[in-house]
Amino acid sequence: MLILTCPCCGVTGEETEFHGGGEAHLKRFGPGSTDEAFHDYLFSKVNPKGVHLERWRHNNGCGKWFHAARDTVTLEIYGTYPAQTTEPPQSVKDAITAKRPGWSWREFA
Amino acid sequence: MKRYSAFAVAREALRNNTGWERAWASPEPRKKYDVIIVGAGGHGLATAYYLGKNFGITNVAVLEKGWLGGGNTGRNTTIIRSNYLQDASAAIYEKARSLYEGLSQDLNYNIMFSPRGVMMLAQTQGEVRGFERTAHANMLQGVKTEFIGPERVKQLVPIININGPRYPVLGAIWQARAGTARHDAVAWGYARACSDMGMHIIQKCEVTGIEQSGGKVTGVNTTRGSIGCDKLGVVVAGHSGHVADMAGFRLPIESVSLQALVSEPIKPCMDVVVMANTVHGYMSQSDKGEMVIGGGTDGYNNYTQRGAFHHIEETVRALVETFPMVARLKMLRQWGGIVDVTGDRSPILSKTPVENMFVNCGWGTGGFKAIPGSGWGFAELMAKGHSPLTEAFGLNRFYEGRFIDESVAAGVAH
Repeated sequence: MLILTCPCCGVTGEETEFHGGGEAHLKRFGPGSTDEAFHDYLFSKVNPKGVHLERWRHNNGCGKWFHAARDTVTLEIYGTYPAQTTEPPQSVKDAITAKRPGWSWREFA
Repeated sequence: MKRYSAFAVAREALRNNTGWERAWASPEPRKKYDVIIVGAGGHGLATAYYLGKNFGITNVAVLEKGWLGGGNTGRNTTIIRSNYLQDASAAIYEKARSLYEGLSQDLNYNIMFSPRGVMMLAQTQGEVRGFERTAHANMLQGVKTEFIGPERVKQLVPIININGPRYPVLGAIWQARAGTARHDAVAWGYARACSDMGMHIIQKCEVTGIEQSGGKVTGVNTTRGSIGCDKLGVVVAGHSGHVADMAGFRLPIESVSLQALVSEPIKPCMDVVVMANTVHGYMSQSDKGEMVIGGGTDGYNNYTQRGAFHHIEETVRALVETFPMVARLKMLRQWGGIVDVTGDRSPILSKTPVENMFVNCGWGTGGFKAIPGSGWGFAELMAKGHSPLTEAFGLNRFYEGRFIDESVAAGVAH
């Protein structure tokens, strides 16, 4: 059972209180983009065995979206941070590095 | 290879069972093979078997990081059916189901195929219309299914509650020639037949890198050294994304944990497979008497092989509603497997951006039933470069928007 803390309302709850929203920090491509870029945006997933940055919604709580850094192997939550960011804050990156030295996720590390 | 037969059992009975030989060999890897298959699960071994049987390619190695059939092949709920709506799906699953019928004889290994019938309950008006449509499509595809009413459902499954409080049973799609098989035996039978053809099955050999030269695959790095190959088939289910990453491309796949559980063994009470998709539960009874129950997938990517605890409660709640007697059962074991779910929930059997490298993945929550058909089609694709069975399942469909529009590998009940 995952335990997440919502950065919007500050409530800490079990995963049944939240809803996973998939991979985070996608760069969006729409009409006018190449087929390749549109395909990658829609379907090509990072799907890492390790650190995963993802979106969550506190749907049985404040209803707000936020980001979480989670490990797909150990299920450890490295930290949660607001949705209005394009990359994780340094504190979350440090928490990940402490457990997984040399990690990388797309262009972040 | 000594053949298994009633005569062999009698012979061994007279000499204290000292004459049985190992079912498959455990050789040291050679420097190079014509074909390397990564992943010794059902799909990988079936691919190797049909490469040898249909195309005479026997200089083949099947590499496995753990033990043979220890992934999703040994973790599923063993259901075999082919009542799909779309022609491409029906073709490959029906091929698989029909091969399952003769597989014990073909492999000389009892895979315990039991065509006991699979029933998918319709518990909403939408489902009634959907399943009637599927039954009509199946008629055109040559897949024998029928839509049956609630009285027939009750007759076939006396323990079911058809007047449920939330979702009364309005009917069901019934495929009488579908059923179950012994999952481990499928892997073991294929492995034994592959080994007999001179193929190498190499366990405890994890692939750590893909060797390429000029955009072509030339071999793999493994924990037991570097092994060369002309063609590479990657059949690693939940780890497909991980291996594709080694080769430098991404797949439209996300890995999640899907769980299942079994009850304590009880006397025979249900001789068909029942799936209740609206309430999310499905159940069959194994030959040992355990009720085999399929659970749900986790709502987030993971590689844990266990599954979130609250899904057990949801699954059991659905089953208690459908089969009230389940409330008195104790559950024995629970486990999970990592399933590979694609963007359109249909499998991928395809060439890749790397020449001579092929992937067979994306079977998601419903791969066991497809093993022989998948191996048959994928072997043809690897040997000849194209196959009518796998044509619709290429990676290019995601670029072209040519999806296979049905939830072949949806969250539950497959």
